[in-house]
Amino acid sequence: MSGDASAALLIDFGSTYTKLRAIDLERAEIIGSGQGPSTVTTDITVGMEAALADLEGRIGGLPDFTYRLATSSAAGGLRMVTVGLVKELTAEAARVAALGAGARLIGTYAYRLTASDIAGIEGHSPDIILLAGGTDGGNDEVIRHNARVLAECGITCPVVVAGNREATDGISARLDSAGKTAVPTENVMPEFNVLNIEPARAAIRRIFIDRIVHAKGIDRAAEMFDEILMPTPEAVMEGARLLADGTGGQNGLGPLLVVDIGGATTDVHSVAAGEPTLEGAIQRGLPEPYVKRTVEGDLGMRHNALSIVEAAGLDTLASEAGLTRDRFRENLAMISGDVERLPETDEERAVDRALARAATLIAVRRHSGRTETVYTVMGPAVAQHGKDLSGVGAVIGTGGALVHGIDPAGILAKACADPNDPESLRPRAPRLYLDREYLLYACGLLGTVEPKAALTLGLAHMHPVAEEEHGNGRSSVAG
Amino acid sequence: MTETLDPSKRQDITLVTGVIGSDTHIVGNRILSMALEEAGYSIVILGALTPADEFIKAAIETAADGIMVSSLYGQGELDCRGFRELCVEAGLDDILLYVGGNLVVGKTPWEVVEKRFLDMGFDRAFPPGTRTPEVVEALDRDFAARARGKRTADS
Ligand code: B12
Repeated sequence: MSGDASAALLIDFGSTYTKLRAIDLERAEIIGSGQGPSTVTTDITVGMEAALADLEGRIGGLPDFTYRLATSSAAGGLRMVTVGLVKELTAEAARVAALGAGARLIGTYAYRLTASDIAGIEGHSPDIILLAGGTDGGNDEVIRHNARVLAECGITCPVVVAGNREATDGISARLDSAGKTAVPTENVMPEFNVLNIEPARAAIRRIFIDRIVHAKGIDRAAEMFDEILMPTPEAVMEGARLLADGTGGQNGLGPLLVVDIGGATTDVHSVAAGEPTLEGAIQRGLPEPYVKRTVEGDLGMRHNALSIVEAAGLDTLASEAGLTRDRFRENLAMISGDVERLPETDEERAVDRALARAATLIAVRRHSGRTETVYTVMGPAVAQHGKDLSGVGAVIGTGGALVHGIDPAGILAKACADPNDPESLRPRAPRLYLDREYLLYACGLLGTVEPKAALTLGLAHMHPVAEEEHGNGRSSVAG
Repeated sequence: MTETLDPSKRQDITLVTGVIGSDTHIVGNRILSMALEEAGYSIVILGALTPADEFIKAAIETAADGIMVSSLYGQGELDCRGFRELCVEAGLDDILLYVGGNLVVGKTPWEVVEKRFLDMGFDRAFPPGTRTPEVVEALDRDFAARARGKRTADS
């Protein structure tokens, strides 16, 4: 292949594979893909070389890449602990900020950290701690206490300080003098019920690029790429944002929802304002970000297949798969122990489909807002918690269960509103798409340098899916 | 003549306002919030339909000095039961608590109603038709008294 046309190489250092996408920037088309084992824990260059060789073999020679950008979710992803004051307020704001930065949350804390909380944090040895607490001018006593016990404990990771601004300087100095690295930034909740998560997200991303990439050994392959820009989940989120909003006068798909069903978790991203559409509904609780990510740690196709069953019920899932309880259980035992397994028989495919439908339903229901009817003397009044996604026009599915399994439309249909569950504000009549080439992360990465090409590429490769005959898509699975 | 707060000190005082329970009467609460803000107090506005625990959570996070509870629809007594205990539980033992709006149900005399709310742990209860300057005046006197270590101007 000639080196004339400008091309981009987009790399994902994943937990099991290093995946490559080569993109022709002029035509905004995929040139080819390659894959190698993820060898981050030993020597990342080995897997990267294998992936490049795979790509080269498929496209016959590698072009000169104008950009070589990478994301990483390798070596456990970006493992974070968040700390705030009130569980529903600054502790929640901190959680939302960390999830929005693409983190994997390994601990979330509220109020004063106790000795056993600290022991727990030390035991987890997170990559970053996000410390919040108090509105500006509000409570500063608890965040000072928490900073002190963190300063005195054995952790060595950076601490992003994003709480009451009056306490920030003192806290940062305290942490620094104890030999920790404090990264002060703006408060995640400067005023009561006002979310300000972008500065904390930016600080987390900076630390990820400057330090975590090195700590995890990813920079050993530094010769082979220009920059690791962000954790993979954040790239997926940025891809979703670009596809929804469009760029430079080029329209996107409008408000959308992404469902990413993985082996260990199910991630849901929404890009939508989520304001109440129901007449007279009164919004309650913490406002939610325009681009919102939630991660369901108990819903995964392999590691967490058993907890999907716990949440959805064995009987429901077995009958959905057309199997007896015992037969379904046997299948479960097989797949939970074999996390890389792809379904081989019709029976396994039916089991996967049932699990994926349940995971989608539960994850999107938790992500979406709900209405609650408050009965007053005069009659009912409606309170809305969370985002109203009923008007969202597009649902995109990604992840192995959707790409390798059967009936993606039937699975994605579970993300939609259900007349039997009217309180859940899920998309009412969205178009359904499949990210079959696993391009969302690549769009997010490419969008940082060539947004127009990234958008064109993404729009061309989100494949519309329609419900198949046997997919009794919208019937209800309890969850 | 009791001591009163220097108006320039009002900005250091944070007050949480809201309408408690399933009560949607927002007008008076909004007028009150605006008047307090105009007087110079720092106000955290929770609005209508606010459960008791949300007042307390907001007060913790903002390190509020006082909570102004409105109740108009006639179920104030039920909604406010245990409010002081919730504050104590959350470590806000001494926070100033006012309640007002339309607390009287039926023909019960105001003094009886007032006593019920004071017994519940509110520092002051205000009768229907209370105007905002009266509220500002009471706050000024109580916070001046607090600066001298007293609970309210009347204690
Ligand atoms: C407008 C109104 C409504 C509107 C509310 C619109 C809205 N979203 O705000 C609607 C039609 C929806 C409504 C519904 C109901 N209402 Co209505 N409503 C009224 C009305 C006519 C005026 C309220 C008002 O806005 N006043 C003006 C404001 C400025 O005055 P305020 O609220 O008293 O506030 C002032 C002071 O009290 C003080 N203040 C307020 N809060 C606090 C807090 C503190 C700490 C302090 C210090 C001071 C303070 O400051 C304000 C400024 O001066 C009153 C009757 C009346 N004239 O008061 C009935 C009234 C309050 N409603 C009443 C009732 C019963 C109801 C309903 C239960 C059923 C019904 N019969 O209509 C429902 C309840 C709905 C619900 N779940 O909340 C009764 C309550 C009876 C009681 N307390 O025993 C009243 C008193 C009418 C009556 N005499 O029967 N209502």
